[in-house]
Amino acid sequence: MRQELNLRGNAALLARANPLSKLAAVVLITVVLALSIDWVSASVALFFELLLFPLAGLTLALLWQRGWPLILAAAVGGWSTSILAPDSGRTLIDAGIWTMSEGSLETGVGFLLRGLAIALPAILLVSCTDPTDLADALAQKARLPHRFVLGTLAAMRLVGLMAEEWQTIGMARRARGVGSRGSVLQRVKATLGQSFGLLVQAIRRASRLAVTMEARGFGGGPRTWARESTYTLLDGWVLMGGLVMAGLAVTAAVSAGTWTMVWAGN
Amino acid sequence: MAAPSHAAAPHTVRPAAVTARGWGWRHAGRTRPAVHALNLDISPGERVLLLGPSGAGKSTLLHALAGVLGDVNDDGEASESDESGSLLVDGGPPRGQRGRAGLMQQDPETQVVLSRVGDDVAFGAENLAVPRDAIWPRVHEALADVGLSHLPLDHPTSALSGGQKQRLALAGILAMRPGLILLDEPTANLDPAGVLDVRDAVARCLDKTGATLVVVEHRVSVWKDLVDRIVVLQPGSGANPAVLLDGPPDRVLAEARTMLAAAGVWVPGYVPATRGRAAAESPGAGGLLLAAENLAVSRQRPRRKGFRKVPPAPVQEGIVAQVRAGQALAVTGPNGAGKSTFALTLAGLLEPVSGTVSATMDLSRGAGITPYQWKAEQLIERIGTVFQEPEHQFVTGKVLDELLFGPRHLGHGEDRVDELLERLRLTHLVDANPYTLSGGEKRRLSVATVLAASPQVLVLDEPTFGQDANTWAELASFLSELLDAGTAVVSVTHDAEFTAALGGTELKLAGAEAVAP
Repeated sequence: MRQELNLRGNAALLARANPLSKLAAVVLITVVLALSIDWVSASVALFFELLLFPLAGLTLALLWQRGWPLILAAAVGGWSTSILAPDSGRTLIDAGIWTMSEGSLETGVGFLLRGLAIALPAILLVSCTDPTDLADALAQKARLPHRFVLGTLAAMRLVGLMAEEWQTIGMARRARGVGSRGSVLQRVKATLGQSFGLLVQAIRRASRLAVTMEARGFGGGPRTWARESTYTLLDGWVLMGGLVMAGLAVTAAVSAGTWTMVWAGN
Repeated sequence: MAAPSHAAAPHTVRPAAVTARGWGWRHAGRTRPAVHALNLDISPGERVLLLGPSGAGKSTLLHALAGVLGDVNDDGEASESDESGSLLVDGGPPRGQRGRAGLMQQDPETQVVLSRVGDDVAFGAENLAVPRDAIWPRVHEALADVGLSHLPLDHPTSALSGGQKQRLALAGILAMRPGLILLDEPTANLDPAGVLDVRDAVARCLDKTGATLVVVEHRVSVWKDLVDRIVVLQPGSGANPAVLLDGPPDRVLAEARTMLAAAGVWVPGYVPATRGRAAAESPGAGGLLLAAENLAVSRQRPRRKGFRKVPPAPVQEGIVAQVRAGQALAVTGPNGAGKSTFALTLAGLLEPVSGTVSATMDLSRGAGITPYQWKAEQLIERIGTVFQEPEHQFVTGKVLDELLFGPRHLGHGEDRVDELLERLRLTHLVDANPYTLSGGEKRRLSVATVLAASPQVLVLDEPTFGQDANTWAELASFLSELLDAGTAVVSVTHDAEFTAALGGTELKLAGAEAVAP
């Protein structure tokens, strides 16, 4: 987890863009894709998103490593939609309780592509954005309260620490005779106890960290930023890219006649 | 408030003065004050070592000086806790003088705020609204002063060792240019090399800036030559003044050596007396219980790479070790050599990356040859492990229940509990919540709870870290008794005196190249 959050050495072009412009582009594409349930707009967007991979320093292998739960979810969603959606056209498979028809398959494939097309921008964003830079941008450019932004950022560092602590507490409790390998009930009990132990440690750590931050002058007063969060020409391109991708997806779907608003039903 | 304009601040630091007049503090919800009627003057630039038994209010005083004490809510009203008298830094209350004092605490993990080295050092200066152009020179200077200038500014702070984290915290403090540096047991969690690195970095910075220093630490020898005054506090009460002794280090140590040693302070050149090993070996001593063959260890589990499983890179490999009844085995070596990881693997808590850990018939007694595959109940009456952090092992809300936990699971051995309570001086605490005990009490409890299951092998991870001299001596004596009774004791330790007190063999693990200076 900690390694994955560490983007040091990602020299990709998009890593240099301001996190806020990337966020705006991602929101734009995601919202447009969420409006329709057709497969044309989704596949157009997906096509361009795959083209962006090298720009974000992402490879297919890395994508699978980081995003496999999302990809799997999209696949399962697509499959179940294609067998459960209202049938129309020729029946392709008939297994009694469920059937897959041309119409339902089309809906299902649309669902799968859409799931991927919506998930990928978020994965792209996370892959080429350092949390610290995002915090800088949120506080300096989006003017969110710095107490909130920096507090969250510092807490996120503790999350990685907690993952290690979880393992240690698990071992420490096994050394006390708390088995985590027995029946389901035993496992649940052991996990609850371990969670409590982790919670206690998390609270202790958090209060000590709060003292550290306060002792370093963190509080309500005005503060400066060692690193200025800036917009460059690149950010214009990023925004433009998001706009163009969303626009092309809609245009393609409308001209292909497949554009269907979600609320229009089918 | 009266915060000076940092933009115009010169490169030299104006050392701070401390004045306490009848100052007292009672934490919310406590009946006894943490500090009572403290009178103390510290002149600008003075370097003070604060000593005293636990409960004397040393940390409370440091927190107060740092302006972070108490539960003042956002409206600035104090609630619940009681303050009396006055405590002033440069003639004003510490709260409201942001950046005038810098505080370092014990736990290195919580002394780091941000995930990149440069950002972390800049954090304090940013909060004091130092202009951007002035921050980066301060960051570079502070990193150089603490000996971390070889690290790139975007180096991840999670990759630092404990000693490096504490030096980074010092750099973060220095970048604020405080007139008062407050260190609350800054080296208690560090290995000997880390202790000296931190101490030397502090010395360099004080020589350069002339800032006032107040340090709390059990180990006097580390700080004796750096400070010019020792103040000994005692627990607050109506009759006694808070300051018991006050003067130049040599004089205070000469006058109060015996008293300080009795209070558990590590006075220089003093090794507490411990029980020696019995001359005659007990029957069955020397019998092989546990053996490691060509062992490679890692804390990481096999990593998933898509569908493939990749074994982790071992932190240490080719380890050969034997654990024998009634004999001590000390595992030593530099930080990052995988000592704790090896001990946890030996204790059946981590799976070996390669090689084997095998129990002999004398130990396994029908449970199978591989400790990692034993059930938890089988494990605890064969191999007991005491973790470095006692709190990790607490599983109940009462001291007595903690001790009974193992025997109840096993269905036998409850009769041993009273003896352990007595022997480790926990009898008066049976109803207390384990989390509320002092550091020494927690350590004694964690040893007692593991021993309540009567394991044949006892594994201890840095049992003497941060302990005062009294707990240290008790622990060493108690373990030597166990050894005489035929228990095998494996301890991971940096503590040469502790190793010497237990005798036995030493397993020295070589350092890993991953550890930067």
